[in-house]
Amino acid sequence: MATVPQNSVEPAISAEHLVRRFGQVTAVNDVSFRVEKGEIFGFLGPNGSGKTTVIKMLTGLLPLTSGSARVEGLDVRVDSEVVRERIGYMSQNYSLYQDLTVAENLQFYGRIYSLEPARLKRRIEEVVESNGLGPYMNRLSAKLSGGWKQRLALGCAMLHEPKLLFLDEPTAGIDPVARRQLWDLLFELSGHGITFFVTTHYMDEAERCSHVAYIYYGKIIADGTPNSLRELPDVQPPGTIRVEITTPEVTRALRFARQIAGIRSATIFGQSIHALINDDLNLHDLQEQLLKNGIAVAEIRPLAPSLEDVFVELTYKHQAILEASRA
Amino acid sequence: MPNLFRGFGAVFYKEVLHVRRDAGTLFFSLTMPLLQLFLLGFGIDTNIRQINTVVYNADGRRESRELLDRLKNSDTFHIIRYVENDYDLNDMIIAGKARVGVKIPVDYSDRLIHNMSGQVLILIDGSDSSVAGQAINVTNAIGLDESLRRVLQDRAAFAVDMRPKLLFNPDSRSANFFLPGLTAIMLLNVTTFLTAFSIVREKERGTLEQLFVTPVRPFGLLLGKLLPYLGIGFFELSLILFFMRFVFLVPIHGSVFLLAFLSVPYLFAALSLGILISSKAKSQAEAMQLAFLPILPSVFFSGYIFPRETMPALFYPISYLIPATYYINITRGIILRGAGIKHLWTDGLALFIIGTLLLIIAARRFRNKVIMA
Repeated sequence: MATVPQNSVEPAISAEHLVRRFGQVTAVNDVSFRVEKGEIFGFLGPNGSGKTTVIKMLTGLLPLTSGSARVEGLDVRVDSEVVRERIGYMSQNYSLYQDLTVAENLQFYGRIYSLEPARLKRRIEEVVESNGLGPYMNRLSAKLSGGWKQRLALGCAMLHEPKLLFLDEPTAGIDPVARRQLWDLLFELSGHGITFFVTTHYMDEAERCSHVAYIYYGKIIADGTPNSLRELPDVQPPGTIRVEITTPEVTRALRFARQIAGIRSATIFGQSIHALINDDLNLHDLQEQLLKNGIAVAEIRPLAPSLEDVFVELTYKHQAILEASRA
Repeated sequence: MPNLFRGFGAVFYKEVLHVRRDAGTLFFSLTMPLLQLFLLGFGIDTNIRQINTVVYNADGRRESRELLDRLKNSDTFHIIRYVENDYDLNDMIIAGKARVGVKIPVDYSDRLIHNMSGQVLILIDGSDSSVAGQAINVTNAIGLDESLRRVLQDRAAFAVDMRPKLLFNPDSRSANFFLPGLTAIMLLNVTTFLTAFSIVREKERGTLEQLFVTPVRPFGLLLGKLLPYLGIGFFELSLILFFMRFVFLVPIHGSVFLLAFLSVPYLFAALSLGILISSKAKSQAEAMQLAFLPILPSVFFSGYIFPRETMPALFYPISYLIPATYYINITRGIILRGAGIKHLWTDGLALFIIGTLLLIIAARRFRNKVIMA
């Protein structure tokens, strides 16, 4: 086993210039980021953008084409076996054995990590307690609802007391209450110093993370706290403000809004339009122009960018760079 | 030193739980082969007897009737109809009602009485080669016998008297021939299916992906999954042997322990095939289709039904690559001929080599196509 530098500032994960190619395709292209201990790190990106590939590289399943990564202070290229002992992993389909009971699933994963019988017994009791699984111990896991399956899966991934947990879309397809409860549980565990690496498609979950990164076609195009990302010049260029236009006719309004000089971009959000406009554009004049075209406007008000706005702006910009480099 | 088999105990325990929970699948996979056993044991007799025969006897006198009696007594022919002309004789064969037509010409008895050669026309339907072959052999033999009897007039013994004696299966029972071979096919069938299914099911559910991010080592995982099915394979083998011995009364001349011992490498080869299939198949339905692939060559090229000696030169070398070829030799050897380890160790060694190679190929493919995918 390699010597582990027990430095308190050693991050939970540090990835430097990760590259992974599959034949001609570069799935992960020069990706670097750090996850500090105790963070809830949200890893976002569209399907097929390389999220799962990065997780597989960090857990030692896929060799790195180039670059380096340290997880819990260990080089994944050298010590992937030890890395896998120290991390927990839970995938979106709650990898449980449907025909085994809750207790049997816990037993199995505990044995996989070679926990001694006494410690296994104690850990099962603790996990059952913290995840509230007590009443279901003898139920087949197939008979649990989505939220309970996910709590059981999380319990299985935590039995060996990992300091770092990878959760790959843990809330896909479960009801909002269970989603909220899971996040409460994550915050509580993170308070005990456990680091979480979470992938998700839900923007409200991204907002809850202490640190987010956005990966787009193999490249990281955003990395920071949600608030620092909102203030990026690419998201909020100098001389612009972001406004919300509330109107009953969003589709027609969007068509006209995009023709008005001074509006840089506009996107529909439910019953309103989020627009990035030059700050010399008077909000009152804007309302007048829309009214002239027969569009009733209920309200126009300034708005702080959401994380979704951030990712939309950064994606546009990245696409523009890609097209420019092709031309 | 890292433990290469890490996780074996946990996976083994879990797999046993799966098997116990899913008693339906287990019951189904154990009884299907027994059904096959009963079908082949009771239903199929390859000894050709009582071939439907149509006769046109234009002569009708004593000599011709004696000849027909001899045909009837051979047990090979069953005369279903007498016709009165050539057209009906042909027509019965074309219609498929009779496979053999016998025409005794009008001068048959006359020619015999005047010490001339009496000719008899035998029409044989060639569309089933084994029936045709048997009909030709028996009619030739009866003709030859009849001729000798007339020439020698019971005055002297035959100059050469061939006395064939069938060893090991004196009654030529089809069950004795088929069931030991069937054992090989059924073991292959059951173990390949079950192993492939148990892995593909985990692939479908995503639990395999989960196992790969735990400290389980591939060998621990595979062995933990294989051994329970090896146990089921052995259970199946004892069931088959039991029914073979006590229901179909096939005598077992050799050592059952030797048979069990030599079954281990065969079962490992079958289990490895299951892993290979699971590394390719994405769904249980696909696994089901792929699992038929090893069955076909095992039925046709192993000597189970068709003797390897009659195979075209192209296929003969292929039969050496098929585990069932060696295992059928082992089962027939031990069960029918009472063969011992000194007769069968080469087959056992071949199985061991093939099984080990298959396991290595399967484990490597599994690593590259499943873990690294």
